[in-house]
Amino acid sequence: MTLLEQFHIWLKAIWPGFEWAAYLVPALVGIIIIIAFILIMVIVFIYIERRLLARFQIRLGPNRFGPEGIFQPIATALKVLLKEDVVPDRADKVIHFIAPLIVFIPIMLIFAVIPIHEGAIFTDLNVGIVYVVAISSISTVGIFMAAWASNNKYALIAAMRTIGQMISYEFPIVLSILGVVLLAGSLSLNQIVAAQDIPFFLMQPLGFAIFFIGALAEMNRCPFDLLEADSEIVAGYHTEYSGMKFAMFYLGEYGHTVVHSAIIATIFLSGWRGPVLPPIIWLLIKMIIVFFVIVWIRSTIPRLRVDQLMSFAWKGLLPMAIINLFLVAVEKLWLPAGMPWLMIVINFIFAGILILLWSRLFTLGGGKVEV
Amino acid sequence: MKFERYGIGIAKGMALTLKHLFRDPITVQYPEEKLVVSKRIRGNELVWFIDKCTGCATCARSCPQGNIEIVTHGSGEDNRYIVDKFEIDTGRCMFCGLCVESCPYEALAMGRSYERSQYNRNQLVLSKFDLMPSDNRQPSGYYRPEIEATLPRQSLLIFGKKSKKEGGQGTKFIPISTNRGRGV
Repeated sequence: MTLLEQFHIWLKAIWPGFEWAAYLVPALVGIIIIIAFILIMVIVFIYIERRLLARFQIRLGPNRFGPEGIFQPIATALKVLLKEDVVPDRADKVIHFIAPLIVFIPIMLIFAVIPIHEGAIFTDLNVGIVYVVAISSISTVGIFMAAWASNNKYALIAAMRTIGQMISYEFPIVLSILGVVLLAGSLSLNQIVAAQDIPFFLMQPLGFAIFFIGALAEMNRCPFDLLEADSEIVAGYHTEYSGMKFAMFYLGEYGHTVVHSAIIATIFLSGWRGPVLPPIIWLLIKMIIVFFVIVWIRSTIPRLRVDQLMSFAWKGLLPMAIINLFLVAVEKLWLPAGMPWLMIVINFIFAGILILLWSRLFTLGGGKVEV
Repeated sequence: MKFERYGIGIAKGMALTLKHLFRDPITVQYPEEKLVVSKRIRGNELVWFIDKCTGCATCARSCPQGNIEIVTHGSGEDNRYIVDKFEIDTGRCMFCGLCVESCPYEALAMGRSYERSQYNRNQLVLSKFDLMPSDNRQPSGYYRPEIEATLPRQSLLIFGKKSKKEGGQGTKFIPISTNRGRGV
């Protein structure tokens, strides 16, 4: 008998007719835990990003406020909260107000299906990964609402770019997830983690690469941060935002990074599984490793052009993802079951060949032009 | 097969930035750390030598701002004036160096310091006692070949591998967990 059932029976005894309240309490506790977890992780990630990016650029980064500057994100947040909330005169006030919420709330919803221990998951949906893909697209609507409501041409350009980017990169992401689903035999994130005796980034390196790149585009990080390309379109969709609403967008942006780090860690790096340390620590370590790579990429690779972005998604990632899915299906069907290492070798060879073949597409003049 | 065409350029770039992660940061945290500056620098201060000055007031006449106030009387030894008052308002001075270049007796020189901010404006008006050379008011080699010849040879702006105790900058790689940059 679980604690919840005991609570339910106890409540039925003392307060008949209201025993459903037993489910209210864990729900509220869960919501508070998720909000607190995301806010703390966002603060930690902002700090890590600023220090790490500085070190990649041979700078020091914020190191004044508190030991090694760990209170700097808090100071920044307070500064942003205390700022005046400016709304443009011709803006659509209601939508301008709602948009930051619509960007931020899906992030908390995604965390409902990420397991942090064996069975420790808020809702063990049997379509968990589909839910993640579906929910993470909602914030695109929020971005478009923000841009449309703020009545600003730069914001609108950014929003158009975002829509195109999100739609384009959803396909390779879903197809690479399908490879994982084929291997794990389930859509539930809990089952996917349970199936990873060998982490899936070894089992299908190409799928991992495609998902990682796609996730970078989904969370609008460098080199796909076209929607807030500050050298071209001021600040993109949040040009007309300030104060608390801007803070919500900022939170949403980093919240996306947190969530996508968690998803990558869960479906490719075997989630909470690991020796010695407790599972939640392993999940956090893997999230931070993924985030390290994200910051590393941000510090290295310049922003793509819009046409490059599109052609990379449709001509590069999508065919590779389809071939990868086909390959995994064939291996699953015909390869003997007890030989994961053979699969790893085959997949790494195929990934190398495919990347070499496809990189020819993205050279100047198809590789025929000398630079 | 040219590997520049097959994404190896990205790998090279990533390797370079990863290498940067383990380099010393080039940031100089100014009030606590300072760069080695040249002793021949044309700094933001003036040094006045009382024993060389004859009170001729050429410097005062050459000053485009009229910042130098000089009051003399009588005749001292070697047919000199006795300088009663020699004041420079460094708040208005732009350190053009014309007074140094015009001085016929090499009694004025540029200094080495570049930190001359004060809390009050009247602290910027320097009397002749303030202007005399002291430990932290040394003449630089600017327009004074004799002084310049006495200065030691320097290698400039090299972030030394020396520590701060040896007079270097101490910009070795310091891991994130040390006390670096938390005030003096």
